[in-house]
Amino acid sequence: MEGDKGGAGKKRWPSLAGNRLDKHLPGKVEAERILLAAVVSVSHEIFQHKEYPEGKFTLLRDTRTDGSFLVHHFLSFYLRAGCKVCFVALLQSFSHYSIVAQKLGVSLAAAKERGQLVFLEGLKSCLDLVFGEEEQPGQPSPLQFLSGSTSDLRALFEFVRVSLAPSAGDSWKGPVLLVDDLSVLLSLGAAPVAVLDFIHYCRVSVCCQLKGNIVVLVHSNEDSEDEENELLVNSLCHHSDLILWAEGLATGFCKDVHGQIKISKRLSLRQAGEQDLVQIYQYKIQDRNVTFFARGLSAAVL
Amino acid sequence: MYSYFILHFVLFPGGGVAVGTLLLIEEDKYGLYSNLLFKYFLAEGIVCGHDLFVASAKEHPDKILKELPAPLLDDTYGKELGDEAAAKSEDSQDSMKIAWRYQNLPKMEASPTTYTKFGHYYDVSKKMSPELCQSVKWHSFYLHEELSFEPKLKAWSMNSGYARLLQSIQKIISQEGFDGSDPQKKQRNVLRIGIQSLGSILWGDGVCCSDNPEDPHSLTKFLYVLRGLLRKSLSACIITVPAHLIQNKAIMERVTNLSDMVVGLESFIGSERETNPLYKDYHGLVHVHQIPRLNSLICDVSDTKDLAFRLKRKLFTIEWVQDNYLRQERNIYPPGFSYLLKQKDSAWGEGSLQHSTFLMSFLAKAAAFASRLVRHSEPCEQTGSGRIRQTAELRMWRHGHRQEAPGLLVIST
Repeated sequence: MEGDKGGAGKKRWPSLAGNRLDKHLPGKVEAERILLAAVVSVSHEIFQHKEYPEGKFTLLRDTRTDGSFLVHHFLSFYLRAGCKVCFVALLQSFSHYSIVAQKLGVSLAAAKERGQLVFLEGLKSCLDLVFGEEEQPGQPSPLQFLSGSTSDLRALFEFVRVSLAPSAGDSWKGPVLLVDDLSVLLSLGAAPVAVLDFIHYCRVSVCCQLKGNIVVLVHSNEDSEDEENELLVNSLCHHSDLILWAEGLATGFCKDVHGQIKISKRLSLRQAGEQDLVQIYQYKIQDRNVTFFARGLSAAVL
Repeated sequence: MYSYFILHFVLFPGGGVAVGTLLLIEEDKYGLYSNLLFKYFLAEGIVCGHDLFVASAKEHPDKILKELPAPLLDDTYGKELGDEAAAKSEDSQDSMKIAWRYQNLPKMEASPTTYTKFGHYYDVSKKMSPELCQSVKWHSFYLHEELSFEPKLKAWSMNSGYARLLQSIQKIISQEGFDGSDPQKKQRNVLRIGIQSLGSILWGDGVCCSDNPEDPHSLTKFLYVLRGLLRKSLSACIITVPAHLIQNKAIMERVTNLSDMVVGLESFIGSERETNPLYKDYHGLVHVHQIPRLNSLICDVSDTKDLAFRLKRKLFTIEWVQDNYLRQERNIYPPGFSYLLKQKDSAWGEGSLQHSTFLMSFLAKAAAFASRLVRHSEPCEQTGSGRIRQTAELRMWRHGHRQEAPGLLVIST
């Protein structure tokens, strides 16, 4: 604002409404082409998995926003790819995921029927445990730890192991474990160590022995006072092969950009001396899909 | 594009709760307004013919039900709104001179002038007639009158008061057929559950007493089981929680994650905002911490900022303050300049109440302007160096002494 513009002349303010701030910057059509290319390449990279990953642990985090759109994406992605999926859905009911999956083009009920999807509805399981009849000794409830009789998540692990164990007639591709979301286990009274043990056992069983993948969602908040949750999240970050971190914008809500996603490929985990690859994109969620774009290149701005 | 839940909640406080979900209200300091919202919810249930389940450890539910506000009839409400609408429209005629960017935004209507079937309005000064109250089936749960926890149930490792309450809710849901389990009882009605002051010491829970309560998980376990019950039945629930008393913030974070919609009420009683002329029309602020994410990829969090409530003689309303606020702001900025404010919801963030307050405090303290305020044109004044002084500063040193800014704020020395 301090300009040596001299005299009492008119000041030329740049036209903020126009696109051509300067003749050297690309015009509108050019910018759209760049945006489209960015969107396509990002989609490919994140979600098309050029080489099929095996034995990978993916961590989904969200801060200041809701990252469950990533869970919906991975669910429909793996089902479409023909993998056997065990979905531990702790927070929402089956119908919620089913309706969203329908919008993404996958039918969860059909997948369940043909044996491709094993769905643990945490809410229903909890009600059965709390209000149900005396359980059979051979079939403990997966959420056994709620009743306080045991403090570890062994029953939950057994459920996962049994559901993903390869059976004779199966023709599915690699098994996948999907968890939404892990922070709920802490609210239900599980100690962070117990949750980490559960994840460790799952990794050994699913990633190493069965060569499958695991995708887990956790919530985190900046300035959170929930130390147990922070411990859990930090520990999981250290052991993840891929971290997708969805954050709300620091400046607050914006209707064209719902947030930014930081993708960290932890190459340093597998090979000493390698650097982690970190990419940051912004996204906007629509009714049936999510569009990603490079920072600052939202369609609304161009 | 308005979020259905927020708009509905704003228009009909007490009405905007989707079936199968939980609305959690963080009580204001003295519990006055949260109690009012609680009663609105129950009154709405009676007017719509829903069944009620009222649980409290503080007041007997019979007493609560006797003190529900009476519904407003069509013509009286229309008249009330009509007076208000007339007063508002006069102000809005003059175009915005300073915040011209805001002029192009659609006006946010907070109160419709037509009576709709989706919600009703209540007269706080009158009580609901006993005949109307008796017209629906209601169940009550008063903790101190309940028998002690039945020993036949397995140990739940939860606070016994909560366990007893859950048991009671589950019994009503299954007996009355709200979960559709009984094919003979085709229940099409909705059960409205209201739980007062959950988490307070009266329920036997220590979360409000210390930073390190003995049993920090009871409340969250309760909410989880309740969520399961709500999801599989035709019911909607409202819970008020004395959040200001819960010292362990981790517990409040977990409680927020386990609820579908969380709204915090902040009343101005006893705070410095009470005498702030900007808020003279309002009695408190509404903070929305969570909105429901049901059956869709997106959740629309727009329009959840700058909500405030007021209790007039008869009506309790929630409104967006921004329109009013801008009118006030115009009085504060010195005349002769025009200012460019950020557009609402732009990629930089939002021009919200908090943001504007921040700017105004700058004005009050005579510090340098925030960079987003740009002087558009300035009266010419040559300084000694021959340059027009371009600093974004109020002309306060003119005539050698500070000038008072016109309007509401006085610049202190």
